[in-house]
Amino acid sequence: MNLRIKSFLKTYRLIIILVLMILVSSLVSEHFLSLNNFLNIIRQISMVAIIAVGSTVIIVNGGIDLSVGSVAAFSGVLFAGLMANNHLPMLIAILITLAVGAVVGFINGGVMVSFSVPPFIVTLATMYIFRGLAYIYTGGGYPISNVPKNFDILGRGYIGYIPVPIIIMVLVFIIFIWFLNYTKYGLYIYCVGGNETASKLFGVNVKLVKIVAYVMGSALASLGGVILASRLNSGQPAAGENFLFMAITATILGGTSLTGGEGTLVGTLLGAVILGLLSNILTLKNVSYFYQLVVQGLVLMAAVILDVMLVKKTS
Amino acid sequence: MTALDNVNFDLYKNEILALVGDNGAGKSTLIKIISGAIVPDGGEIFLYGKRVEINNPIDAKKLEIETVYQDLALIDTLDVTKNIFLGRESGLLFHKRRQEIARKIIDGLDINIPDIREKVRFLSGGQRQSVAIARATTFGKRIIILDEPTAALGVRESKHILEIIASLKARGLSIIIITHNLEHAFFISDRFFVLRNGKEVGVKEKEETSVDEIVKMITGGVFVK
Repeated sequence: MNLRIKSFLKTYRLIIILVLMILVSSLVSEHFLSLNNFLNIIRQISMVAIIAVGSTVIIVNGGIDLSVGSVAAFSGVLFAGLMANNHLPMLIAILITLAVGAVVGFINGGVMVSFSVPPFIVTLATMYIFRGLAYIYTGGGYPISNVPKNFDILGRGYIGYIPVPIIIMVLVFIIFIWFLNYTKYGLYIYCVGGNETASKLFGVNVKLVKIVAYVMGSALASLGGVILASRLNSGQPAAGENFLFMAITATILGGTSLTGGEGTLVGTLLGAVILGLLSNILTLKNVSYFYQLVVQGLVLMAAVILDVMLVKKTS
Repeated sequence: MTALDNVNFDLYKNEILALVGDNGAGKSTLIKIISGAIVPDGGEIFLYGKRVEINNPIDAKKLEIETVYQDLALIDTLDVTKNIFLGRESGLLFHKRRQEIARKIIDGLDINIPDIREKVRFLSGGQRQSVAIARATTFGKRIIILDEPTAALGVRESKHILEIIASLKARGLSIIIITHNLEHAFFISDRFFVLRNGKEVGVKEKEETSVDEIVKMITGGVFVK
């Protein structure tokens, strides 16, 4: 393949895929091209996108976090429980829940650096632990539904004509794009992911950087879970099963390398949109959920292969 | 097993010293001691007449001793600027300004890299080596240690790197280079420090010796004048 074509494809591949998908989708379904549908898509992906920001930070840092779905679920039930049973005001409930999410991240990162346990294993463990805790907290898996009236603001509310989840998503992206590109620690996330030994040699506090990454990742997973619970108007311990897959797929699709040191949040956002579009058109065409799972898996595989082919060969 | 036995090593201001010896002679051990990667079982280090302790790489850096190891310790996924400034960033990063400074540093060392926004992994071996050297020599250093700077390079790039190293001397730096390539060593070095089996074989000024003599000192053969 001609080098210039490859280079062009590489830079704009996400936009190209996006445009192609919109074209094909609008041909294939008459319900696709509507403002309502688009708002639906973006609102739907907002939770995944927020969690994917966390996944991107962690993967760029050279790690992985398998516990995001469980943390989201646990956060959702905790948020619901705090408001329904402890009658806490919403803001306090949110802050406590996010703090708990941050603590999970601290546990993930802390165990990893203190005992040199691979992140795959640590987060696999916390994935199970917090899924279990979500069930325990709800007394055996019953959703927490006795939530107050304002509970669904985050998930179903609007500010003006814009759904609240979208606003939160945009804010999260702005904050983290700034963090990764304009702050020292944001740069260190890339450094440690790109070459941990070199970073250490030049005075970067590698352990601290890793912990920061995992704290951020889990806090964002927590936020995603809070919004989801609000959207469902209840705390569901079984929720967020698909979050892990979607967050990681969006991140890889967006160009973040699994080996660490490179990736962009804009890419992840585009990746999340592409996944959202895919899910949307399959649903509009009444494709069974099981077939959707197969498609999602194929998309992830294709994304990784495409990435390897384009990144390795072009310069 | 003794890596270094009673070695007395001197480095003078503003000179290029070639540290030579066969594999296992103790060259790596010696520079690891100076750069703080290893703490010796005995012996002392003096810098400008004052006794100093170098127990870790940070100590060495504080004493303005910088080492460029063979693997270069570059972050491949980042660009030239970010690599040069590694560990020297201030709170908020202003890329444009840093790119300008990096550009000046690269140009000042006569390094040929057309686009410094390129990720370092796409640069040639010589360019990468140059970036590693640029990083080591900027920000006020006194002593630079280069471990096999030309080992991975072709003829043309080696010559360029050697010219860059030679130019560092003019900036007032003291340089230790480890190399197996005696031709390269003779091209830029002022003195030679020869190790064999952990022991000091001898120290020679360039003018008073030859490649043959150095080879004989390294291998332990007899030198016939």
